[in-house]
Amino acid sequence: MSRGSSRGSGRAGGSGRAGGSGRAGRSGTATDRLQRLLALVPYVVSREVVGLAETAAAFEITENELVDDLNMLWCVELRSPDPYCPIDLSYEGGEIMVSQAESMDRPLRLGTDEASALLIGLRMLAELPGPQDRSALRRTIAKLEAAAGDAATASAQVAVHMDGRAPLDVQAQVAEAMRRGRRLHLSYYVPGRDEATERDVDPMRLLLLEGRTYLEAWCRRAEAVRLFRLDRVLALTLLDVAAEVPGEAKHVDVDSGLFRPSASDVRVELELSRAGHWVSHYYPCEQVSDLGDGRLKVVLRTPDTGWVRRLALRLGEDGKVTAPEGLVREIEDEATAALAQYA
Amino acid sequence: MSKQKTERLLSLVVCLLSARRYLTAGQIRDAVPGYPEAFDAFKRMFERDKDELRELGIPLETGTNAGADEEVGYRIPRQAYELPEIRLEPDEAAVLGLAARVWRQAELAGAAAGALLKLRAAGIDAEETTQPGIEPRLQTEEAAFAPLWQAVRDRRPVTFGYQAAGRTVPQRRKLEPWGVVNRHGRWYVAGFDQDRGQERVFRLSRIDGPVSFTGPPGSVAVPAGTDVHNLVQAWDGAPPSVRTAVLRIRQGAGFGLRRRASADRPGPDGWDLVEAPFSDAGWYADYIASFGADVVVIEPVDLREAVIRRLKGALA
Repeated sequence: MSRGSSRGSGRAGGSGRAGGSGRAGRSGTATDRLQRLLALVPYVVSREVVGLAETAAAFEITENELVDDLNMLWCVELRSPDPYCPIDLSYEGGEIMVSQAESMDRPLRLGTDEASALLIGLRMLAELPGPQDRSALRRTIAKLEAAAGDAATASAQVAVHMDGRAPLDVQAQVAEAMRRGRRLHLSYYVPGRDEATERDVDPMRLLLLEGRTYLEAWCRRAEAVRLFRLDRVLALTLLDVAAEVPGEAKHVDVDSGLFRPSASDVRVELELSRAGHWVSHYYPCEQVSDLGDGRLKVVLRTPDTGWVRRLALRLGEDGKVTAPEGLVREIEDEATAALAQYA
Repeated sequence: MSKQKTERLLSLVVCLLSARRYLTAGQIRDAVPGYPEAFDAFKRMFERDKDELRELGIPLETGTNAGADEEVGYRIPRQAYELPEIRLEPDEAAVLGLAARVWRQAELAGAAAGALLKLRAAGIDAEETTQPGIEPRLQTEEAAFAPLWQAVRDRRPVTFGYQAAGRTVPQRRKLEPWGVVNRHGRWYVAGFDQDRGQERVFRLSRIDGPVSFTGPPGSVAVPAGTDVHNLVQAWDGAPPSVRTAVLRIRQGAGFGLRRRASADRPGPDGWDLVEAPFSDAGWYADYIASFGADVVVIEPVDLREAVIRRLKGALA
C-alpha cells in the first residue's frame, strides 16, 4: 500500500458514530481514539497475527473503523531529523500483522481508576461465598497489583463489605449445592406476607446486588425463575436429586434492575414527610414530586400491596398512602384493629 | 478536526517514546506533523496536547540533557509508560472479566473496560462471557460517589451539605476523606471532620447537593494503619445496649419477629408469648407496627408507647 494515498483520505467511518458510551473502546473524542490506537499495536504484536473481525470485536468497533485505525497508525510519519515512518503493518486477507512497532509494542500502564476498578471487583469476588475459584482470584489480584504498581494503591481506600446478615452455613450449603449440581429444599420467609414457604429449587447462580446475596434458581413450586434472598432462608436441605434447570429458564437481567414494574401492577401513591424521605431512595419509584414544605409525593408500582400496607403502618405519621382507595381503607382498618388491642 | 488531532497526538506519543534524549519544543514541532508554523500558536497547542496526554496517564517527563544547553525538553520514558509484563493462566483471565462486570451500570464501568482493553493489548484473553456461578454488582446511584472517589484517590479535602438523621436542615461539613466503603449495598465516606476535629463517617445518600474540593491533590494525609471499613462498621454497627421485649403474637403470624426470639411459648386464646432482644427502640417500634393487629407489645413501656404512636400516626 502506498503511504501517501491513504493519508488524509478522510474516511467517514470515524465521525458519524454515536460516542459517549463510556466504554474506552468506542467513544468519539480524539483522546478516546488515541487510547484505542495505542492499545491496538500491542494487541496485534502480542498475538503476532490476528484476524480483522476478531480484533474489531475485541475493541468493540466495526471492521471499517478498525481499518481506519490501522491506516492512521501506518501513516504516522515523523519528519525530523530525517523523515521516518515508525509503524509498519499490513492487513491483507483479513489478517493483521505488525512488522515494525518501534516503541509502541507494549500497552500503556494502567491508570488509577482502571487498576482500582478491577482490583476492587476482584477483592469483592474473593470475599464472597460461592462456587468461584478463590485461588485464581488470589493469584490474579497479586499479578495485577504487581503490574499496576503505584496505580494499585488507591484501591486500598475502597472497601466493599457484602451481606454479613446471611448465615454462613446457608451460604456454604448453597455453594455446595451449586458445586455438586444438586436440588435444594428451602424454607423461605416472605416478608410481604409474613409467612414461611416451603419449596424445592434448582440453583442457577448467586447474585450480589445492593449488598445482598440472592440465589437465582428454578423454583419447582412456581415453575419459574425466582430470586431468593439468602438472609431470608430459614432452613435448607441439600436433596439427593440432581438439579434440573429447564431450557426455558432465563437468567434475570440484573443490569436493568431487579424490580421491574409491569403494566398489570397496582399504582400506589404515597405522601412522605421529611422523616419519611428515605422511602423514595429505598424503593424504586416511578415518580417523585416535591409538594413543598419538605413533603414528597411518590408513585410506585407493585404486583403485591401487602408490603405497602406494612410500610404504611411502620411509617406512621411520616408517610401516608393516598391511593388506591382500597389500600388506604385496608391500612386504616388494620391500624384501628391494632390500636384496639392496646385499649 | 478530531481526526487531525488524533493523528497529531499519536505522532507526538510515538516521537517522545522513541526519543533517547529530551526533545525541545522546537525539535518536537519540526518532527511532529500538524503543528502551526507560528511559534506562539504552536506553543498553545503543544501545552494543551501535553495536558491531554497527562490526563490519559501518559508519563510525559520534563528535563534537560546532561551537558547540553539549558533549554527544557520532553520525553516519555518507556519504562514508566509501559505496562509491565503480566501473564495470566486461563482461570485467572476468566475471573478478570467477572471482576470488570461488577461495575457495569456503575461509576467505574468505563475504567474497568479501559483496563480490560489494555490487558488484552498485553496479550491476555480476558473473556467477558457469562459463566455460571456468581454475578456481583456494585451500584453507585449516589451522585456524591464520583467526586468523593476522586477526592479519596487524589487525597483532596472536600465540603458538602449533609442531611443528618433527625435534623431538619442540611449542614455544611468539611472533610479530609480517607476512604469510601460499601457496606450492605450502601456507600459511606470515612475521614477527618475538620470542624469537629474528629474522625467521622457519612452516608453518601444523605449528602445534599454538590461535593466541592477545598484543597489541592495530595493535601490529605491518611493516618497509617487506618482501616476505613472498621471505621464504618463501628459507626454503623449495632449499639451495645440490648433490652428484651415481651410480645403477644397471634399464632401463625409475626414470623419475622419470631426469627430473632429468645423465647416463644404458646399462650391462651390462639396467641403466643414471645421474648426478643432489641437495641434500637425506634427502629423496633417501626418494625413491630408493620405487623399491625398480629402483634401487641406487653413491655417495655416505652416500646409499647412508641408502637401506639406509630399506629395513631397511620390513622391521623
